[in-house]
Amino acid sequence: MNAGELADTVPVIVGAGPAGLAAAGTLVRAGLRPVVLDEAERPGGQGTRRLTPLIADRSPRLFGSNGASKIAQREAVEDDVLLRCDYRPGSMVWGVFGGKVELLQDGHVSSMAHGPLLLATGAIDRILPLPGWTLPGVYALGGAQVALKRHGCLIGQRTVFAGSSPLLYLAAAQYLRMGAKDIVVLDTTPLNEKIRAAPGMARYSLSTLLRGLSLMAELRRAGVRMLTGVRLDRIVGDERVEAIQFRSRRGPETINCDSVALGHGLRPETQLAELAGAKLEYDPVLRHWFPQADAEGRAGPLLWVAGDSARTAGADGAAVAGKLAALSILKCIGKAPAGVDGQISRLQRRLHGWRAFQRAMSGAFKAHGEGITDLPDDTLLCRCERISLGDVRDVVARLAGPMEVNRLKAVTRCGMGRCQGRYCATALAETLSGLAGKSMKDCGYLHAQAPVRPVPIGTPGEEGA
Amino acid sequence: MTRKPDVIVIGAGLFGAFTAWHLARAGLSATIVDRGWLGAQSSGANFGNLRLQGRMPAQYALSLLAQEFWEDFEAQIGEGCEYDRTGHIYFASSEDGRKTLLKYLAASNENGLVVEALGPEDLARLVPGISPAIKTGSYSDRCATANPRLATPAVCRSFLRAGGTLEQGWHVSDVRREGDGFVVTSQDGRTMSSAVVVNAAGNWAGAFAESFGEAVPMFGAGPPQFVTEPLPYILRPVLQAVEGDVIVRQIPRGNFIFAGYPRTRSNADGEHTFVPPQKIRAGMAALCRAMPGIAGADIIRSWSGVEGYLPDMLPVIDRSRTTQGLFHAFGGSGGGFQIAPAVGIALSALITGSEPLCDLTPYRIDRFGSDLVASEKIGKEFDRD
Ligand SMILES: Cc1cc2nc3c(=O)[nH]c(=O)nc-3n(C[C@H](O)[C@H](O)[C@H](O)COP(=O)(O)OP(=O)(O)OC[C@H]3O[C@@H](n4cnc5c(N)ncnc54)[C@H](O)[C@@H]3O)c2cc1C
Repeated sequence: MNAGELADTVPVIVGAGPAGLAAAGTLVRAGLRPVVLDEAERPGGQGTRRLTPLIADRSPRLFGSNGASKIAQREAVEDDVLLRCDYRPGSMVWGVFGGKVELLQDGHVSSMAHGPLLLATGAIDRILPLPGWTLPGVYALGGAQVALKRHGCLIGQRTVFAGSSPLLYLAAAQYLRMGAKDIVVLDTTPLNEKIRAAPGMARYSLSTLLRGLSLMAELRRAGVRMLTGVRLDRIVGDERVEAIQFRSRRGPETINCDSVALGHGLRPETQLAELAGAKLEYDPVLRHWFPQADAEGRAGPLLWVAGDSARTAGADGAAVAGKLAALSILKCIGKAPAGVDGQISRLQRRLHGWRAFQRAMSGAFKAHGEGITDLPDDTLLCRCERISLGDVRDVVARLAGPMEVNRLKAVTRCGMGRCQGRYCATALAETLSGLAGKSMKDCGYLHAQAPVRPVPIGTPGEEGA
Repeated sequence: MTRKPDVIVIGAGLFGAFTAWHLARAGLSATIVDRGWLGAQSSGANFGNLRLQGRMPAQYALSLLAQEFWEDFEAQIGEGCEYDRTGHIYFASSEDGRKTLLKYLAASNENGLVVEALGPEDLARLVPGISPAIKTGSYSDRCATANPRLATPAVCRSFLRAGGTLEQGWHVSDVRREGDGFVVTSQDGRTMSSAVVVNAAGNWAGAFAESFGEAVPMFGAGPPQFVTEPLPYILRPVLQAVEGDVIVRQIPRGNFIFAGYPRTRSNADGEHTFVPPQKIRAGMAALCRAMPGIAGADIIRSWSGVEGYLPDMLPVIDRSRTTQGLFHAFGGSGGGFQIAPAVGIALSALITGSEPLCDLTPYRIDRFGSDLVASEKIGKEFDRD
């Protein structure tokens, strides 16, 4: 298609988080009416998920009065943008093929032709298993935030936030503000590594670093116990979580609790990008595979990526990436606003800063799975298919020769279940890397297949589509 | 020092693996080379159907020989592969289908396979939840299933225990006749020589055959396959529409695995077969017509594979007609998983010069002349391109 023909097609944005919404805003201001698809019923995405109306009145308490009004302003702008889009909440995209996106919406499947396609599908929790991680009462950190923001409830009364992620402190503080009394934060990265990472973070975003430090100060003032450099050993309990065992400099310790929120950073949702034809490349600092894209976020002739699914950049960085991709789309279809090149290079500089900040921060929150092969054999890696570390260890020992994760998936079933490896792929690759002594890059990534989310077999669709 | 095996087998799919396994048993030293991983192509991606009924009459001898081996797999190979004598049901939902079904039934019974006709009550008893609109079927109790993910690795391990050698990540780029044997060269410049070469490179075997003046009209394609989340185990036999739009089985773990025609042509690079979303929708709809009660279950994954098809839907199992010491076993044409043990038996017999256990005329490499009758499936069961 040339620019003229493209100008008549409808841009489609998948994902109504900060990246998708910022892109929608830019397109709307250029006079377009993009389609915005998101599986959630409400806009906002994961990290900036909107508060359920049930607890909307507690927004100032949760975010501070300043923060709450800023959020309200931002949401008003987003609502205004979405009014001028073809916004379809509750639309799950389960495939991309031949110039169409495949949808599941209101119990119907359908496909929709797309013009320029922007995938801003975000990230999910990166799971590094430890014994007991599948006990009831253990949540991914993102799940703990969903409980709070979407359902207005806490995951427990005595909660341990464990792992290594800046979001541990953020979620802990939000729980505290919502009345949780008994909170402990167990961070696996030692303090000296955090101190070493701080100058790099300060260089790219001093204000974000200060915000993080003030969260810690708030937690400390409230008497929340925070330990760094711990090693998580096991989550214990019969029917559900009863305690977490770990080791710190002072030796082994057990903390009784009724809930654990595990956070090891984020994992990009790249399946749709892969199905849409993007090549993936390995990022050794972030230890994930991301779609290859040019400096404007373009990953294919009609494909753009932005936000955490493109390259981890945080919410502010995602919005910058979304705008950038939208300008690139406008250029491609011949509708660029005046001064677009200047705007693009300014956005690129800002995006570079946010990404550099994330990379610097990854040194302060190391969530490497290197120790995974030291875990006991009965540790579950894949909860859908119930495949343990021991199962994988057995297979790797029996299959000599070259091996990568898709092969390992085929022979172990790890990653074959309902979640399609979204939750276990990292652990599987880290395990293979540890057992076979190969780099994560050489272990490869699990290839995406449609449907990227489960689809009911009997779902009616329009005939002949 | 370069090792010199008696036989180099190109391709660690099930054709290559079984051939090498039988050669090792006959006392020959064999090396299997594969450009990727053993059993990672068609032999690992397939549906796992060990179906006998509905085979082409010419294929019964080979298929029955193979089934005997599958029935004894665990004892022969030394480990299992989830072989299960589940039985297999064909059903018809159209008048044309009913005729085909009766034709298959007669052919099976003439060729030594016992197949019984099924009426509506039998169908309802064997397949809980089958659509009451389906009234005609046939049942073969000797048909079975096995787990493709496990079969090739098991055969290869057994071959290695018998003293064989396996090289993975060994991409053959050239096979040349030299002296009284062959020199096989890999893409990265390694070489190996042997007296005999077996071309068992699946959909990629055509290039080697052609380089010895034996071009074959093979094309790559694959049927789309789907799997559901685990559900209560209710379906023991494999259920297959004679019209081809539904093949479904359930594994004891609970997942339903289903497939449907038409098959999709592989990508131009011959390396992948995609499952286009409209096939996912068509496959789901066809399954719901046959088993309406499954409508609420989720499908969680789709896949396919790259299979070599020949116009008469029969494989090549033959000695080269141009080159001494070269042997071919490829072109499974959608049914190669079932026949693989017999392919190994037959080809190793050709190589060692012993009596082949069945007539291999239908599988000759020089059969693709102008008088070859193409299978009617070619027109019906593939996407038109
Ligand atoms: C989706 C699907 C479903 C199927 N369902 C069934 C079924 O239910 N029942 C049934 O009986 N059959 C079924 N089949 C067919 C069956 O799987 C195949 O006929 C059979 O596995 C073919 O085995 P093979 O060894 O010839 O090929 P493959 O398993 O493809 O092996 C060929 C090997 O050769 C290697 N190779 C290729 N080129 C080179 C090279 N240059 N150098 C080194 N190595 C090379 C490849 O890496 C590969 O490992 C199905 C096929 C597919 C794709």
